[in-house]
Parts: sequence; structure tokens; C-alpha cells
Amino acid sequence: MRPLRGAGLVLIVAWSLAPFLWLLATSLKTAAELTHLPPLLPSAPTGSHYIAVFTGYPFLRIIANSTAVAALSTLLAIAIGATAAFALARLRVRNAPLILVAVLAVSMFPPIATVSPLFLAINAVGLRDTLAALVITYTTFALPLSIWLLTNFFRQVPVEIYLAARVDGCSAFQAFYRVILPLSAPGLFAAAILVFIFCWNEFLYALSFTATTASRTIPVGIALFPGLHEVPWGEIAAASVVVTVPLAVLAFTFQRRIVEGLTAGAVKG
Amino acid sequence: MTTIRLEKVEKRFGSEVVLRALDLEIRAGEFFTFLGPSGCGKSTLLNLIAGIESPDAGTIYFNDQCINELAPAQRDVAMVFQSYALYPHMTVRENIAFPLKNKRLARTEIDAAVDRTAAQLGIEPLLARKPRALSGGQRQRVALGRALVRKPRVFLLDEPLSNLDARLRLEMRAELKRLHVELGITTVYVTHDQEEAMVLSDRIALLNAGQVQQCATPEQIYTEPANLFVASFIGSPPMSLLDGAYCAGLPGFGERHADGVMVGVRPADVRVSAQPIAHAIEAKVLLVEPTGADLWVVGEWRDQRIKGRADPGEQMVPGQEVFFTLRPDSLYLFDKTNGESVHSRGSS
Amino acid sequence: MKREHSALFLAPAAITLGAVALFPVLSVLWLSLEQRSPLTDAARFIGLDNYARLLADTRFWNAFWNTTYFTVFSVTLELLLGLGMALLLARAFRGRALVYSLILLPWAIPTVVSARLWEWMYNADYGVLNYLLGTQINWLGSPAWALHAAILMDVWKATPFVALLLLAGLQTIPRELYQAAALDGASGWTVLRRITLPQLVPLMLVILIFRTIDAFRVFDAIYVLTGGGPANSTETLSIYAYKVLFQALEFGYGSALAVSVLVVVALLTIVYARLLRVRIA
Repeated sequence: MRPLRGAGLVLIVAWSLAPFLWLLATSLKTAAELTHLPPLLPSAPTGSHYIAVFTGYPFLRIIANSTAVAALSTLLAIAIGATAAFALARLRVRNAPLILVAVLAVSMFPPIATVSPLFLAINAVGLRDTLAALVITYTTFALPLSIWLLTNFFRQVPVEIYLAARVDGCSAFQAFYRVILPLSAPGLFAAAILVFIFCWNEFLYALSFTATTASRTIPVGIALFPGLHEVPWGEIAAASVVVTVPLAVLAFTFQRRIVEGLTAGAVKG
Repeated sequence: MTTIRLEKVEKRFGSEVVLRALDLEIRAGEFFTFLGPSGCGKSTLLNLIAGIESPDAGTIYFNDQCINELAPAQRDVAMVFQSYALYPHMTVRENIAFPLKNKRLARTEIDAAVDRTAAQLGIEPLLARKPRALSGGQRQRVALGRALVRKPRVFLLDEPLSNLDARLRLEMRAELKRLHVELGITTVYVTHDQEEAMVLSDRIALLNAGQVQQCATPEQIYTEPANLFVASFIGSPPMSLLDGAYCAGLPGFGERHADGVMVGVRPADVRVSAQPIAHAIEAKVLLVEPTGADLWVVGEWRDQRIKGRADPGEQMVPGQEVFFTLRPDSLYLFDKTNGESVHSRGSS
Repeated sequence: MKREHSALFLAPAAITLGAVALFPVLSVLWLSLEQRSPLTDAARFIGLDNYARLLADTRFWNAFWNTTYFTVFSVTLELLLGLGMALLLARAFRGRALVYSLILLPWAIPTVVSARLWEWMYNADYGVLNYLLGTQINWLGSPAWALHAAILMDVWKATPFVALLLLAGLQTIPRELYQAAALDGASGWTVLRRITLPQLVPLMLVILIFRTIDAFRVFDAIYVLTGGGPANSTETLSIYAYKVLFQALEFGYGSALAVSVLVVVALLTIVYARLLRVRIA
């Protein structure tokens, strides 16, 4: 059984990784080689596509937009979500299970269903093509994920610790802030990573609410990559590689936290 | 010094009534214990006094001031939880200082108080450590320190010794007694261990199914149990219970017709001998329990169990017929219908 | 306990969700009853006309069919492959952490990036897929193949998520069950069928709910891969609704289409929730 299992593992890894390797190879091929197969690998790897991506296209600005939006949304979603999650996990809230289900239901909303009224509202208040529009939207739709994950993590802190803090003179908020939050740091972190990835990868709202590179984010940038006559596959590949690398680093460094977060709700919840 | 009074206190969890119309008074500076089996409501009572739970009916008074509406922080009570609940991310010093920080005392004052308390409990060398680096007994002392550092007016303890091994338990028991004598704070203690309660308390309230069975000093609860439950719960080894209907003719019983009572007798008041003795119960040995100082013998008589003390040197084996002599003035009588004590001691 | 003020803790989240999530849902229901263009401010209440139009719209039914087809095949494949992956990964082995992070990569990247990636691999002239298979298939350009190409991409992207959840589920199955089975002489296949799978059923139902809902509202992948073509063969409900909203600028009818997606998702949630409650009870 052992060699079969080993072969299986190799297959899985290859299946997941191969397209990325192909992407990398594509990004390094000269324009001529792009349209000819064989050879599979670039014979004379060139960085020209990478340069083109950053010089001929405001890619740096787009990356900055994505970073700002994702970071701010994550911060807000975790802060607001943690406060609510603490109440649901530890305070006496009537119908707490019902509220949690309702929160989860919000995450089921198809984005297409909310995009039209949100578009009208954003236009009306003059926030079209701004980062603020995205931050408000992302914070809101990341809240269910944040609340769901954090409620589970807060429940893992023994209840007597909260009670001890209250008896020791803390108000509910002081107990939350001084005792429970520091103890839940790993959980907060796991939730933050998942929320960040969610915001970073979001497409439909970004597509609908942004118009120019003033607020355009990476997914929209990659989808609408401009090309005059033909699609510039070299540049697209290069841009995609640039976008993938930080996510790969994130996935590798925080793999355990990510899995922890993903499974916290589903398996135990 | 604070008195605590509970008036008609009731607590329900869902449809289950845990405490019903409970009245209790705890005197200033007293060491008062809630004793009882699991599920009797003793921990709930403690939580109500602490303010962690709120009663569904009734009032709780500290020094005649109603405290129902006060949050725990406002009641000036300190509590030691069964799991100690030390803050894992803080050092021992920070744990003990925590309640004082919440009172916004000056840094120097806090440090002095922490040092004083640590000295009192013998944990100065541990001040820089985190809870995970401490043993069970050390954690308990830190929990005590955190509770006592601010000189609360009421001190609550929820089964603090149950997580310790037997030797440590005895040690900490003595420590708790010493602290109470030294500090004189009104203390409310919860345990299921009747020996612990007897040793430590000024008064005990024995609870069963949410109701106080008896509230008295350890001496009174032992010698004058109010009902069958109290009599069986207090005392080690537990009382033997015999059907009164069979007891006519036994010494101390006379010729009384006693269908309606259960007769209780403590094993310490029963002598067992292999030689026949007049007016003794003849029973077959079921079990022999040598403890070094004593030789307890359990016998079977008319489908009932009776336990007594034999001479430690005697040879007794299961199946042997032996004789159980009940001391005449050591019988307790309980009404069969309601378990209430008929006479606490003595004969007709 | 007194003075917990739980309402204050919940307020920020409640206000945010209420204003930005709940309000739009109610709003889109109202919008679907209007004829409105976002350019002009003219809005005309037309009652259920949009829905009548929807039910008679063959393009709507085409989109509905495409979406259902896509959902059923994606989710089934994801569950099967995910289970296979989870079973393979279940035993401890060296480099486990590395393998986890490598297989997480497809899940971690934006759907748009993976769509572009696969679009390149599917390229009819220079695509590596045709090269490796020795074929000349126009994957994204032929109505027969396009939807399947999209399904394959979605399966590639979503399976790691399913696999990791199932893996966590596998790890909660008590060892004793397997030990007892070994003592009883059960074969590997029997163990799988009689012990492992039944224990995983509640988790699989949960995964099924999430993945079905996710697949039904698919947008990103199709938008980039095919834009809904060729000949609307990959046009899903979300894509169609988007086009009506932002290309034809009919906010009334577009909202009605969006509501149809909402309704299906809500129904699916209720059905699965019932199933789950029955299972657990």
C-alpha cells in the first residue's frame, strides 16, 4: 500500500502545483516562444514581461489599492466581529444560536443579489470608484466569517476565566479587553488571515464599484488586463505570478492557522 | 465583617428548579460550608452570592443591604474557583495584582500588597512565573493570593481542594483554617467532602435537591441529624440502617412495636465479636476491611447490611457467623414515611 | 449576571450588517418590482412584470440550466476527489505541512487568477492542454466543451478546501472504532464503507451546503474564462444578471434575475438545514 499512497500524494501535489509551474514558465518566455509549443520550457528566460507589467501598467498602484482595502477591511471586520463574537460566546444573549444562524445566512447571500442596490447607494453618496466603498462592503461581508470563527475560538477559553475577571472587578468589556482578547490571540490571527484572503480575492463588488485604477484592485486588474490586438499572455502570466507569490508565502507560513480557522466552524460547529 | 442573608431565594435552569424558597443566614466572620452531593445546588448558591448568577425569586442581603442588582465587581467578594482560573498570560505577580489594578490603586501600593500576600502564602519565589509553570498546590496558593490580596468582605471557595492529591489536600486544609483564623473574613465554602466540611466549618448547611436538610454546627449535625439523609451523609464510615420492624428485642429498643421507623447506628458504636453475646445480632460476614487502626466488618442480617468494629487482632472471614452488639444509647430513629428524626439518640 | 450590556457588544455588528447587508437584500426585492436605469433617475413601478418576463425568458432558463449543471457536476466531483485526497493525507507522513501548503495554493489565489491561468492552458492554439493531449480542441470556444472546461477549473480550485475539511473530520473519528474493526477482521473497503463514511456524513452535508451555494452563485470564474459564451453555453444566472444590470443597464429586470439566484440559494439552505437537523436528531 505504501508506494501506492506515495504515488497518490505525488499526484495530488502535481495536480495542484503544475498549473502554477506552467504559469511561471509562461511568464519567462519570450514573445515568440509564447506562441510555439514545443518547447515547454523557456530556452532563454526573460524578465521583460515583468518589467512591462510594472512600467506599462499601473500595477503597483493596483497592488497598493488591494493591500489598503484588504488590510483596513480585515482590521474592521475583526474588531467589530470580535466584539459581537464575545457576546455570543460568553455573555447572556437570548437566542444566541439563532443569531449565529442568521449571521451565517448573510454569508450565503449571492453577491449578485446585493450588487445593484449597493451600486445605487454608493453612487448616490458619491463613493463610486473609491477605496472607501470597497472597505465598507468588504467589512460587512467578511463579518459573518469573522463572527463565526471568533465565536468558536472564544468558546475555547474556559468560562471560569471570564467569571474570575468579573469577580476581580472587571466590567464585561474590561474582562473582554484585558483577559479574553490576549488569550485568544492565535484565534484572532487565524480569523484575520482568512478574512484577509477573502477580501484580497473578491471580484464582483470590485468590478462593479470601481471604474479606474484609482481604486481598482488586483482581481479586476488581472481580469481586465489591457491588450491592443491580442491578449498579452506573457504580461498576464507575469502579473499573476506576482500576485500569487505573496499568497503562496501566506499559505506556507500560516498553513496551520488557516486550516485551524477553516475547520473550527465546520467540524466542531 | 459582613453578614449574608438569603431570603426565599429560588433558581431555575430552564424548567428545572435547582433551588426553591431557600432561607439562610451566614454570620459575620463565620466559616460557613454548603455541603451536599453533586447536583444539590451548592455551587449555584455560591454563584448567586458572587453575582455570577441572578436569582429568579428572593433577595440576597449583605449586612442588610440588598445586593440583587449589583454586578460581581460591585459586591466586593473574592472567589477561588475549582479550576483556580488563573490568567494564563499573566505572571503570578500580575495575577495577584489584577484585582488591585481594577481598583486603580497606586503602583507602589499594589506592589506592597502583592508582596505581603505572597509572603503570607509562601509563594514569593513564584512571583515571576506563569501559571503553566506551577504545580497544582502552587496554583491554588496563587488563586488564594489573588482572592485575599484585596481583603474582600466575603470570601467564596468552590471545591478548591478537589483537584489536589490526598496529602496536599490535608496540607491545604490546614492552611485554609489558619488563614481564616488570621484574617477573620466571612467565608463561604462549597464541598461534597463531609470530612472537609466537618473539620473546617463553624456551621454547615447540608443540601439535597435544592433544599437545606439541616443547618447547624458540625457537632450538632453529627450527634443530632435532622433526618435520614443527613445521618447517612455525615460520618465516616456511613451509618448502618436497619428496618425497625426487625429490631424488637434489641438492647435499647425494648419491646416496642417499631414498624414505622428505620434504625440507624454508626459503625463506631457497634462491636463485633466471634463469640456469641446476649442480645447481639447474629449475622454472616460479607466483607472485612482492615485499616490498620480498625477492623471494620460488614455483615448481612435479614437482607440488610450492618457494619461494626472488631478488635484489630481478631480473625474474621467472609461467610463466618459473628455477633454485632449495638450500644444501647447510640441508636437513631427515623420515621419511615418522611425520613425525619424521631429521637436523635437514646432509647424509649 | 447583571450589567453585562450584551446589546452594546452586538450593536456595531448589527448596525453594519443591517445597513450594508440586510437593507440591500430588501432593496433588491423592491428594485425587481421596478423598471429603472441607473443613468437616469427615472424609476417606474411595474409590479411583477419583471418576473413574468423572467419566466418567459428562454435565456433565463438557459442560464438556470447552465448553473444547475455546473453546480451538480462541480460539487459532486469536488466531494469525491476531496474525499480521496483526505483519505490519502490522513496518515501522518514527513513533509505533511509542506504538502498542505502546496495543495492550499489553488484555494488561496483569487478565482480570477486561476481563471486566467486555465484560460491560457485551454488556449486552442498555444494551450498546453491541447499540446499534452495531442488534440486541437477549442475548449473555450465550442459550446460542447466550454461549460465542462469551467467545471474542471472550479473543481481544481475548490477541492483543497473540501479535502482539508474532510481531513479534519477524519481526524475526529475515534481510533477505537478502527481498532475494533481490525480485530473483527474487516477489510479496508468495508472499514471505509461501514465506519469512515457514516461518521463523515454530517460533515459532508455541511460541506455540500456550502459548496452548492458557492457553486450556484458562480461569477468570477465564468466572467474571465468565457464571459458567458460561446453562444451563452456557459452563461450562468449571475453572469446573465450582471450583463442585464451593467451592460443593458436595466436595473429592474437585472434585480429580478438576481432575486431568482437569492431564492434558489435560500431554498437550498432550507432543504439542507432540514436534512442536517434530521441527521443530527
